[in-house]
Amino acid sequence: MRDAITVRDLTRRFGDFTAVDAVSFAVRAGEIFGFLGPNGAGKTTTIRMLTGLLAPSSGSATVAGLDVGTRADAVREVIGYMSQKFSLYGDLTVAENIELFAGLYGVTGARYDDRRAWVLAMAGLEDRTDRLTAELPLGWKQRLALGCAVLHEPAVLFLDEPTSGVDPLARRRFWDLIDGLSERGTTVLVSTHYMEEAEYCHRLALMNRGRLIALDSPSGLRGSLASAGSLRGSSDVGDMGDVGVRSSLEDVFVELVRREGGAVVG
Amino acid sequence: MSGMGISLTRLLAVSRKEWIQLRRDPRSMALAFVLPLLMLLLFGYAITWDVRELDLAVLDQDGTSASRSLVEAFEASGYFTVVERLEAYREADAAVGAGDAASVLVIPPGFAADLSARRGAAVQLLLDGADANSATIAFGFADAIVDGFSRRVVLEGRTVEPAIDARIRTLYNPTLESRNMIVPGLIGVIMMTIAAMLTALTIAREWERGTMEQLASTPATRVEIVLGKLLPYVAIGVLDVAVTAVAGVLVFGVPFRGSVVIFLGQTVLFLVGALGLGVFISAAAKTQLVATQVALIATLLPAMLLSGFLFEIRSMPPLLQGITYLVPARYYITATRGVMLKGVGPETLWVQAAFMVGFAALGLFAATRVFRKEIA
Repeated sequence: MRDAITVRDLTRRFGDFTAVDAVSFAVRAGEIFGFLGPNGAGKTTTIRMLTGLLAPSSGSATVAGLDVGTRADAVREVIGYMSQKFSLYGDLTVAENIELFAGLYGVTGARYDDRRAWVLAMAGLEDRTDRLTAELPLGWKQRLALGCAVLHEPAVLFLDEPTSGVDPLARRRFWDLIDGLSERGTTVLVSTHYMEEAEYCHRLALMNRGRLIALDSPSGLRGSLASAGSLRGSSDVGDMGDVGVRSSLEDVFVELVRREGGAVVG
Repeated sequence: MSGMGISLTRLLAVSRKEWIQLRRDPRSMALAFVLPLLMLLLFGYAITWDVRELDLAVLDQDGTSASRSLVEAFEASGYFTVVERLEAYREADAAVGAGDAASVLVIPPGFAADLSARRGAAVQLLLDGADANSATIAFGFADAIVDGFSRRVVLEGRTVEPAIDARIRTLYNPTLESRNMIVPGLIGVIMMTIAAMLTALTIAREWERGTMEQLASTPATRVEIVLGKLLPYVAIGVLDVAVTAVAGVLVFGVPFRGSVVIFLGQTVLFLVGALGLGVFISAAAKTQLVATQVALIATLLPAMLLSGFLFEIRSMPPLLQGITYLVPARYYITATRGVMLKGVGPETLWVQAAFMVGFAALGLFAATRVFRKEIA
């Protein structure tokens, strides 16, 4: 199967600071690909380059076969994007936000009616079309933002920490939606720092200080470190969910970051 | 960035969104609709350069029928109102200093005697030079009144045909009302306000709220976003101009002698330029606070002070005169005054129109230019 995203030596510098340092990876079509890393690791900068919002300093990347450096306009037609900060218009109603993004993505006519109904059902907002978006609880807002990002049925979906700040239940519901999109063939690149969310991903890329330090499936990552004998047994961080699975993945992460010389941002 | 052209669907989607946001923002609505009317009333009623009923203090040291009839001549003119009668010369300075009177007429002892002896009687007029404009006008009126008075004394009822009879006819603003100058100029100032203050917020707000990133990730191009954003403001601007012009004609009796089509054409061009400038400032500033302040200083103040609206350009120092050529409101106000007061058409206004086209192009270019940098 053709790769939905290919990244080769992608680098972005801001003055003397190298935010993303020669990162290379490929994401398969239909895959849920997770970006894991501490704040300042370069996750958001990488996503911005892949969405055509930021020009790379060097290196190259393609999204859906299109070069992000030279065909940023075409890339924007085939991707969906949810930025870190909630960024729908709070002073527009649910219906008005959907209408706006449908217009921006060129979703019109009968297709618009279909997609609008689909988004409202998906986000569970059928009864709230006339509510101002700012008045919705955060979990609903984020489902609406996801809906607006996939109105045009993009081939590739970029989600930058989409569930930060929402409760575990809403987070679970959100991931069910991502799963559904992936099953229907959408490629999803998602960044997170919630360990239990990493478990939902098919493969994980661990980033630290602008560099890619590991890339494998969640179980593969655990296995490789355990077999190398560098994983120190138990962890009692947190007390919710599947502590065993979550904490061991967290241990992998902590161990790898430690070997790299710690995180940039404390 | 590419040769895709402009998508009307996307442009209108942005316009629609902008219009809804505008409608729901009380601050913007007040700026768009209350401020222009407020300015019209303020400038139309309160600010006027017409000098009438100047406060006059009189020190009549002669106390004769001749001196009294001179004072009456001042009062009868309609330009002076006697507000105070002084007893001694030292009071004169105090009266002007305290602002009780704008001018003092001093008739010295022996005025009547000098008159009848044809010795060339003298009177003194003290003017408050702090208000140079009023003082100049008062001087002109007083001179004319004294001149008329002395002619009557000389002729003693006889009539003589003057060698030269100057027949003065004032064109375009026959009653010489400053209101007729103010209202067309005000339209330019209001437009600049709308453009600067309203659009200053539009892009800075999106950066502050983080919505710009979402907008930039869609296929909408910078041209579509900028034009889409401008459209509702152009509509509001044209509406404001129409309301101001109609109010100017109906409430203040300002004439409208020229073509409405030319008037609107100039307005739209000016608006596009001014709005583009506002968007440029907004995109460059990135925060609403900075954008508003820069907009105020960079556009509104020049439009008020250097456009010929408040101060005549011809009487400015050469350096300032040069600067006025860079103030777009200068050309627009010349055009509105030309159309409303003089009824002139394209044969005269093509210069202004050319500048308006240039300004509109520059505004749009600046707005889209600065915008691209930020997204890319």
